[in-house]
Amino acid sequence: MFVRLPDIGGGTITITVDGTEVKARAGDSVAAALAAGGRVSYRTTPVSGSRRGAYCAMGACFECLVTIDGTPNQQACVVRVSPGMQVSTQRGARAL
Amino acid sequence: MTHDVDTAIVGGGLVGAAIAFGLRGLGRRLAVLDEGDNAFRAARGNFGLIWVQGKGQDLAAYGAWTQSSARAWPELARELLSLTGIDVALAQPGGIHVCLTQDELDARVERLRAMLAQEGFERYDVDILDRSALAQRLPGLGPDVVGGTYCALDGHCNPLRLLRAMHTALAYSDVRYLPDAPVRTLEHRDDGFAIQTARGALRARQVVLAAGLGNARLAPMVGLHTPVVPNQGQLIALERVRPFLPLPLETIRQTDDGTVLVGDAQADRGCDDAVSTGVLSAMAARAIQVFPALRDVRMVRAWAALRVMTPDGHPIYAQSPSCPGAFVATCHSGVTLAAAHAYLLAPALTGAPLPPSMAPFTDRRFDVRQAA
Repeated sequence: MFVRLPDIGGGTITITVDGTEVKARAGDSVAAALAAGGRVSYRTTPVSGSRRGAYCAMGACFECLVTIDGTPNQQACVVRVSPGMQVSTQRGARAL
Repeated sequence: MTHDVDTAIVGGGLVGAAIAFGLRGLGRRLAVLDEGDNAFRAARGNFGLIWVQGKGQDLAAYGAWTQSSARAWPELARELLSLTGIDVALAQPGGIHVCLTQDELDARVERLRAMLAQEGFERYDVDILDRSALAQRLPGLGPDVVGGTYCALDGHCNPLRLLRAMHTALAYSDVRYLPDAPVRTLEHRDDGFAIQTARGALRARQVVLAAGLGNARLAPMVGLHTPVVPNQGQLIALERVRPFLPLPLETIRQTDDGTVLVGDAQADRGCDDAVSTGVLSAMAARAIQVFPALRDVRMVRAWAALRVMTPDGHPIYAQSPSCPGAFVATCHSGVTLAAAHAYLLAPALTGAPLPPSMAPFTDRRFDVRQAA
């Protein structure tokens, strides 16, 4: 379970994850916001269907892919949250 | 002299590996001499089609040979799976060549008709599809596509898994695999060949040159003539998407994992395997014309690879007249022809003359042309 460090500031903003409002802090990556909200796996792979979430959390592994504001396969760990951002989780490969 | 092996295969790409695969288990001592990871290796860069339509223009035997390989492919995929557990993702649902202008389509149809009309051509069916027939088979087809051609014999596989499966099968048998051992010299002795590699010497009763572009340098050492030159192609891998393409096109295919691949371009620019943005842009633009929805699919990576091209584009299979027991096998269709190389070519490399069916592929056809 992830807990925020007490000394990190930043205003609170609201994003939407699969239609549910989630509080995040300005400056959070999407992956950090998801983890702080208790979500650690939010994708299934196109090949085996197994569950995935942020693994490297630094832009290398591409395990944390989510759909952001309608664009699929975004790396949650390298995109910062912004007010009103619509995040949706992915099952399998993106549609064409 | 005493021989270290009966047959040395020079080259560990798809041609050499397929020949070694076909020769293993026949009681011969085999070695595969390979270069290292920095080799120009078509086997690691190719598109993965098993492609028949259009093959055989100007050389009817090439059409028959390609068909025989396509027919033998299911057995090859089954055997590799049972030996190694590696599924090479063979699918042969037919394939389509799309045309974006009426001129393109007319020219293609004319070429195919001339090919099929050749004397002695082992016929295969190629259907000419107009736009509406094509759109039925290809959901999401762009409005610029005017038509195309379909051949039921075409298909595709995962070429990287194919190479790995071949090498895994060789490792399970008693084939000696020597990487990082480029061949420097070949010398014909009374009853065999002395081979100098970067990692030492080897004596072999027979030698099979399957070294791709390297054959141009090696073949003359044993009385063969293999004037192959590099011909560059470029490939783009896109994101994985849900299955949308039920069969491969000649320049766009979707792998069993969902990756979309775009492969195209032919350029004679020597041993240059760097991509160029101009070519990639043109390929991407054309792919988007064929399937407009690809506009929003991101490119993941791109690479170039070098085809091994003979002057007429057809394979060379030959035994040296002056150094019996030295063979050359080279082509630009290592995937398509893998099954033929394993099951038909390899058993013919015995030291007896090659069977008459292989005669059209002799290297001496280029001598004749030069003399004329």
